[in-house]
Amino acid sequence: MAETHSLQDMRQQAAITAKVFIQRDYSSGTMCQFQTKFPSELENRIDKQQFEETVRALNNMYAEAEKLGSQSYIEGCLACLTAYTVFLCMETHYEKVLKKIAKYIQEQNDKIYAPRGLLLTDPIERGLRVVEITIFEDRSLTR
Amino acid sequence: MHLGVSESMRECEYSQISTRSSTPMETPYKKRTPKKRKWEIFPGRNKFYCDGRIMMAKQTGVFYLTLILILVTCGLFFTFDCPFLAQQLTPVIPVIGGVLFLFVLGTLLRTSFSDPGVLPRASPDEAADLERQIDVANGGTGYRPPPRTKEVVINGQTVKLKYCFTCKIFRPPRASHCSLCDNCVERFDHHCPWVGNCVGRRNYRFFYMFILSLSFLTIFIFAFVITHIILSSHQNGFLSALKNSPASVLEVVVCFFSVWSIVGLSGFHTYLISSNQTTNEDIKGSWSSKRGKDNYNPYSYGNIFTNCCAALCGPLPPSLIDRRGFVEADVPQLAPPTNGITIYGSTQSQQSHTCDQDQCIQSTKFVLQAAATPLLQHQSSEPVILTTSPENGGTLPGRASLALTGPCTSLPLGQPTPPTSTSSLSCHEAADKLPVHGHTLTHNHSNPLQESLFQHHFLTPEEVPSPPGMLHCGSPMGHSHTTQAGFYDPASQDSLHEDSVRGLVKLSSV
Repeated sequence: MAETHSLQDMRQQAAITAKVFIQRDYSSGTMCQFQTKFPSELENRIDKQQFEETVRALNNMYAEAEKLGSQSYIEGCLACLTAYTVFLCMETHYEKVLKKIAKYIQEQNDKIYAPRGLLLTDPIERGLRVVEITIFEDRSLTR
Repeated sequence: MHLGVSESMRECEYSQISTRSSTPMETPYKKRTPKKRKWEIFPGRNKFYCDGRIMMAKQTGVFYLTLILILVTCGLFFTFDCPFLAQQLTPVIPVIGGVLFLFVLGTLLRTSFSDPGVLPRASPDEAADLERQIDVANGGTGYRPPPRTKEVVINGQTVKLKYCFTCKIFRPPRASHCSLCDNCVERFDHHCPWVGNCVGRRNYRFFYMFILSLSFLTIFIFAFVITHIILSSHQNGFLSALKNSPASVLEVVVCFFSVWSIVGLSGFHTYLISSNQTTNEDIKGSWSSKRGKDNYNPYSYGNIFTNCCAALCGPLPPSLIDRRGFVEADVPQLAPPTNGITIYGSTQSQQSHTCDQDQCIQSTKFVLQAAATPLLQHQSSEPVILTTSPENGGTLPGRASLALTGPCTSLPLGQPTPPTSTSSLSCHEAADKLPVHGHTLTHNHSNPLQESLFQHHFLTPEEVPSPPGMLHCGSPMGHSHTTQAGFYDPASQDSLHEDSVRGLVKLSSV
């Protein structure tokens, strides 16, 4: 759950005006990347720079999760040799990065998005299809 | 009569007070049911076992056949041939046989029981957003537009992304919709009845390990059973050797027929892995040079070694469908009904959260009842606004079909069965036209219950191929966001709901 107390309170008090969906960017193949194009609904809510930075950071983390490097090869070979039983006690590299991403999104929500009446939903909850940004009604929220 | 009515009304009120919510939508007799896990409401045609830990296709008969064949053949080998071979030759033979057998079994079970990389269906909000973008691109014409595609350039090659009408998403590249399991699967290879599951991104390496190790096991058993018979016939003569171990004959027969198909299949998949293609792509010839001089595979890493490593030792992505997670049954907070926009937003999220089958049936009944009585506006519970406007009758068939095929965002229908049936029909038609790859001969299973169509297990079910002069959703997508605010306009919401209700009424009459 990427929500904190303040966000839950906000949800209870505020009402959803709209939802913006940041779609996947497939120009570099099947790797999980999101479009950095700034949606027009967020124009008066958040800085374009800030938004792009968030999406770029997410893209970098997903790229790290899917990277083909020596670490992933070692993990793959070890798993194959142990007939994949090693994953009963160990987390895969991908899962570790997903946890990191969840933490990052929560932190971004707390610091940047919640004060502006926005809420980022972790893409993994939407099957890595979209980054869902919920826009709440512009009232004076938890300050 | 009056008394009876007031009594029943009193009864209703009493029941309503006892429930959590006071909306007329919720049935008065609904108790707080225990939380469901997500696999229980999974929309695809899969079977789940062990409380969602194991996931298989619907038809698993052939999988049990595979299992029995392997177990029986190996069982016979260890019981009848190994003692002789261990004595005469070396005890290492049963040990190697045992290791191979366990590896085969492990990889088979892992392939069959794991999630192949199923893409979860779009949430109602997402589907609505996409529909809106496409409607804008279409210019808002009423009838169902031709299949939607998006074009994207990957590594210099233009790839078409198709829209899946069942899952309401644009499929990522290399994904395909399996009509047997009714799911979109990432990096879809094929649906294998022998393992009782689809083979996709998450279980391709297990599948490959399975067929590779099974080839070795088959060759191993074949070779050593022949050795056993030969050695035995040196001592006692050929016929008496056969009589002494009739099991060996059975094993030889099974292995002989298996070797050709399985070794052939392993070779084929080795080729696919080294060129980083899926069975799907190979059958369609997507990247073959016959299509054009500049046609090449944009996903290949360039050399065989990297391709193999990526397919077999690359990072294993996690399952996207969260089978064992709990369905969020909590009702999100409704804002006070200040304007239509707020209500729509909050009830929509309510619907997306509480869409289960009971609710769907109840809501359908309610809508039909409401449609029958030319009444009111039940705005607090359900955003269906009924107006009897005969002037819309002319455009009715088109709009109704749009409502039927559109996403169920305006109505709390959890399972839009009409659209799926139409889309799966089109899938079957398309699959009919596909060429049957040579290897399907080895994989045909004679399940009489299934249509002959399903026997082409390398089928690549997709929507009907789009006509050449078709809609390109690329450029209009950029302009779609500006119209999003317009969607929440109550006036357009009214007509959309009205048409949806009419569509429902039509549906009920079928």
